[in-house]
Parts: sequence; structure tokens; C-alpha cells
Amino acid sequence: MSTARDDILSNIRRSLGVHGKEAPRLASVQNRLAQTPAGVIPARGQLEGETKTAMFIEQAEMVQASVARLASAAEIPAEVARYLREHNLPATIRMGADPLLTALDWNATSMALSQGPSTGHDLNAISVASAGFAETGSLMLTSGQDNPTTLNFLPDTHFVVLKTSDIEVGLESMWQRLRARFGKALMPRTVNFITGPSRSADIEQSMLLGAHGPRSLHILLIETA
Amino acid sequence: MSHASTSPQFKANTRKALGDTQLQAALGHVRHRFIDKRAQAAARLPEFEALRDSARDIKDHVLAHLDLYLETYEANVTASGGKVHFARNAQEACDAIVGICQARGAKTVTKGKSMVSEEIGLNAAIEAAGMVPVETDLGEYIIQIRGETPSHIIAPAVHLTKEQVAADFRHTHRHLPAQRDLTAPESLLSEARGILREKFLAADVGITGANMLIAETGSSIIVTNEGNGDLTQILPKVHIVIASIEKIVPTLEDAAQILRVLARSATGQDMTVYTTLSTGPRRADDPDGPEEYHVVLVDNGRSAMLGSEFEEMLRCIRCGACMNHCPVYHAVGGHAYGWVYPGPMGAVLTPSLIGVDEAGHLPNASTFCGRCESVCPVRIPLPKLMRHWREREFERHLSPATIRAGLGLWAFFAKRPVLYRFSTTLGMRLLSIMGRAKGRFHWLPFTSGWTQSRDLPAPQGETFQAQWHRAQKAANAKPSVTS
Ligand code: SF4
Repeated sequence: MSTARDDILSNIRRSLGVHGKEAPRLASVQNRLAQTPAGVIPARGQLEGETKTAMFIEQAEMVQASVARLASAAEIPAEVARYLREHNLPATIRMGADPLLTALDWNATSMALSQGPSTGHDLNAISVASAGFAETGSLMLTSGQDNPTTLNFLPDTHFVVLKTSDIEVGLESMWQRLRARFGKALMPRTVNFITGPSRSADIEQSMLLGAHGPRSLHILLIETA
Repeated sequence: MSHASTSPQFKANTRKALGDTQLQAALGHVRHRFIDKRAQAAARLPEFEALRDSARDIKDHVLAHLDLYLETYEANVTASGGKVHFARNAQEACDAIVGICQARGAKTVTKGKSMVSEEIGLNAAIEAAGMVPVETDLGEYIIQIRGETPSHIIAPAVHLTKEQVAADFRHTHRHLPAQRDLTAPESLLSEARGILREKFLAADVGITGANMLIAETGSSIIVTNEGNGDLTQILPKVHIVIASIEKIVPTLEDAAQILRVLARSATGQDMTVYTTLSTGPRRADDPDGPEEYHVVLVDNGRSAMLGSEFEEMLRCIRCGACMNHCPVYHAVGGHAYGWVYPGPMGAVLTPSLIGVDEAGHLPNASTFCGRCESVCPVRIPLPKLMRHWREREFERHLSPATIRAGLGLWAFFAKRPVLYRFSTTLGMRLLSIMGRAKGRFHWLPFTSGWTQSRDLPAPQGETFQAQWHRAQKAANAKPSVTS
């Protein structure tokens, strides 16, 4: 008995009038996979230095993220404490094992720290983005011990740290970074692109913030680690 | 066990829809909100039209090499520790998924939004096996508690008003205080968030669809605004992806091209809030994520569409723009179409998937105004494909005599392009003069079936064909930007 797999592939080949071994077709597929042509890249994100940072901030704020610019990572604990205080949120924060976060001096803020993936009952969490891009003000987060994926979705308030030097142009620059870090065609389990806080327009098509993911997204843009 | 259809009763369905005042109120939001937002998003991006060409070319390239990309994709899923299951039809797909759930002793199964899961009737199969499927997208959750099917491919509950949703929540969430205030949509959203949070944490298996599958890396991509798809897939021990075979794209770069037109066409966003790539199960030292990753690839009639006159329909990226811009959809909503896929894309796809005997009426649900094609991000010639179905139906003599006479006349003109252009242009001029005052007709001879329930927009100057030829000339003058 032929398997579903064989049947589907041979149906496709019959419909296309091919047998699957044609050299030009194989070459066409192999070339595309090897060369990964980029296609059309919008000019909007193709900026340099401060104008690129400004575009990132503008786009992120357009989708209701808030952005704070900090001179260095050392200022992170105070900024997180300030934000929570001003929004009347409890002084707690959960994080992964990212050395950028664990090396900070959180004692001065009297916040209750905890570490590890979210159990679903954490109100606030902080993560470090591997990069971001100016075209749409999006953040890229990758799964692992340093920044568990559950922290991106279960808490109500999500803080994400991004170095200004990690702001790139668009998605294509994210692919280059992933390939450089994990190898061509290799990926971490989860890559999240996050563009603003969670929302839904499912009731009468009006956009409301705070669906299943975080109700607010506060981006901490740092000049130096 | 494909989803049952009421498509043969299309006419009766539309009559019912036109008389439903709540439905008509809800449909008003489609007419305004979706159209404006898409137009604004497209206007903000000068490269939008070039990206549409690029997206179309990528999909065409994939379809022409689908067997090879499927093999590459499968090899890369396997290499990253996942498993691909092929399913010829709805029954095989349901069996595969139920089998995976049962092997894990699952009780609760959460689901992200997936149109192909509606197509194969997955919820019924999961229930029949004694497990509880929980839809987690807000719109899907609302229609699940109502026992309905989606009326729109990206906004499943678009046919409902907030008052109807409030009544459903009161009826279903009986453990909550009866006196609570549910007048604001915000309170409905936050109630659903609370209820579904418990389900996410309790689920044994999470099922999501896929907006794309990437051959290069073996990854699946989902885009959501709510974050429900992510909670569905990272919390349970097992993540199952269900996708139809044409969702493949070659590379990460190709995925980026399509993402740029998808959200803009669908909701008018530049980028959906959450765009997530999932590859295999959690890695050895990951602190969260699923332990198993399965992909169920469904054919269900698609391989037979390749090489046929309906092949272009397989470019569809399920953005919903065609129905958002369709005057017929605006008037009758999605349920009238009688099966899973409504609007212009449904009128073409449904007869291909469930047969022209069942769904032969749907391709008639068109005014041939051409708006669907003009907004389709992958440039599917939807009116042309509907016309192919009409011609087929005509040849098979399934149409009642009056339609046959009308269509015969139309075919006579259509096969004589010069005459056709002349007669439509003449007609357009005439109508344009008649309707100039208001831009709309409340009544026209021989069209009372149409104007009883809505105004007929007066033609604005040119026929679709004339505009098309002008646009084609302009397009041909521009250099090609795609790779
Ligand atoms: S046919 Fe085109 S416009 Fe309609 S849903 Fe598919 S991609 Fe979108």
C-alpha cells in the first residue's frame, strides 16, 4: 500500500507534469535555498545611526509600545522600578539567566526578583532582545535559558532591553544575525518578533490592547551594556 | 470528516442574511474599518505594489516546485527533531492529530486559529475521541461557545455585535457574578483573557495553524495579535502544527516578503504584534517550550488543483482582503456561503475542495466588480477564476434556465472582446450619467434582486477592463524589482 506521503508527492508531480528528477528544477530549488535572494526591501528602515534609532522609536510608539532611552545597562533597575511605581504595579520582576540582567544591582530598588520561565502568575517580566529593526519598530527574542519564551507572553507588563547597536534595518538583517549565530538553516526552538503589546480587534473590529499577551510593552533602549 | 456544507442552499442563506438586522449592523464594521486601514497601510509603504509582485512570484515559484520544497521542508523538520505527517484528506488529518493527542493521554487541547482545522472538521474529531478542544483566539472562542463556524477567515466573529457577545458570555461563564458590567468591549476582552488563561495552563496539547512553512529551516510561522497562538504552543508538552501543503515558502527572505504584504492586506498593520517562528521541540537546555513538535500536512484536493485553471488560487495567503472589499460579502456576510471559506476566495476555493455539485452556486455570488483582484496581495485573478467555474457549471447544465440564458448571452459577448468592451463601455457611460447625482442607484431595471437589499454603486468613469489595460500599460513600463 502506498503511503499518504508518496501519494501526495506523486499527485503533485502528475499535476505538474514532472517526475521530480529534472535537473533544471532541482537546480532552481537548490540555488534559491543557497542564495536566499532578498527581493524588495523598503527604503523606510534603511537608515544609519541616530536616524535609524529615531525611526525604530517612532515605529514602536506608533504601535503603543513605550520607549525609554538609557545611557547604560546600570540604569535599568531604577527605570523598571520607576515604571512600576508610576503605573501602580507591584514591585516584582521575573527574568531568565541573561548575564546582562543578572549582573545588575537590583538591591537598590527593593524589588522582589525571581528567575526562570513564567509559571503564569508573574505580573512583570524583563527580557533582553537579540536585536530589533527600524522598519516596523519590532524586537527579536530567541528562546533559551537566558530569555525563556514564556516571559514574553504570560506577564501583564513586559520590559525588553535592546542595545541601540542592535537596531537593524528589517527582517532580512534578523535572518543574517540568526545565521551568523546558529548556522545556516539552523534555528533556536522559538524566534519571536514582537511589535507592540498584545491586542485584539475581534469584537466589532475595534482594536483593544491586552488580549492574551502583555498589556504593556516597555522598551529599554541602552547605549552600552 | 470534512466540515458539512450548506452551500447548496446559497440562495436561501442569502435571503436569511439580508433580513437579519443584527448581522447587517455587524457587517457595517467590515465595510468601513477594514477597507480604510488597508488603504492607509498600503499608502504608507511606497514599495507595496512591488512587494505584491514579489509575493506573487514567490508563490508561483513554490507551486511549480512544490514536490521538491515539500521534501526539503520535511527533511529539515526531521533534522530539528520534529515529525511530519502527510494526510491525503480530512479524515487522515483528523486521525493523525487525534492519534498524537491520545498517545499523550491528552484531556484538554488548546487551539490557535486555523482555517484548515475548520476545513477538516477537527474540533468534532477531537470531541468524538473524548477530549476537549478549546479555541483560544477571541473570535474563535466566541463562535465556539455559540456552536457556530467562522464567518470570516481572519475575523471569525465579525458577524456579531458586542451585545450578542455579552449575552453569550453571561450564558456560558455562569460561575461569574451575574450583575457584572459587560457593556464595554474591554470588559469582554478581559473576561475572556481570565477564562482562557486557565485553559492555556491546563492544556496537554496545543494545536496551531501556520501562515507559512519555511523549507530552508523546517520552521513554521504564525502571526497573531493576541498572543494566543504563542501561549497555545509554548505551554503544553506537545505542539501540533496543521497546515495545507501550499503554505511552503523556500527561504526566510521569501517569508519576509510575504509578511510585508500579509498584515497590511489583512488588518492594515505594518507588522502583526507577534510573528513567531517555531522549529522542532524544545532544545536540551531550554527552560520552556514543547517536548514534541509535529506537523500535519494536508492535501485535501490541492494537489489536483496544480496544473489546472485554478492553480493560481493556491497562491492565497488567507489575508481576507478580498472579502473585506466584496460588495456581496458586505451584504450577506460569511455564513451564507455555507462552508468554511467565504467571500471571493471561498467562491473559487470551495467548489475545488468540496465539488461543484455542492458549491456550484458560489461562483455566481459576484458582481464582477473586480475589487477583490485589485486588493489581493498575491494578485489572484479571482473574477476570472469565478468565471471558469461559471463556464464549467454552464457546460454541465447545472444552472437553471434563466441563468443559462443570461450566461449564454454574456458568453457570446465575452468571446468577442471588441463587442464586449464596446457594449460594457456604452452601458457604463449610460449608468454613469444616470447615477451621477448620488453615485449610487436605489433601483435599476432588471436588477431588483440586487437593489432591494443594497445600492448598486454607479460606475465611476471607466470599465474595469479599460482601467486594467491602462494599469497594465503603466506596470509594463516600470522595471521589474523582484528577484
Ligand atoms: S484570495 Fe487574495 S485577497 Fe483573498 S484571502 Fe487569498 S490572498 Fe487574500
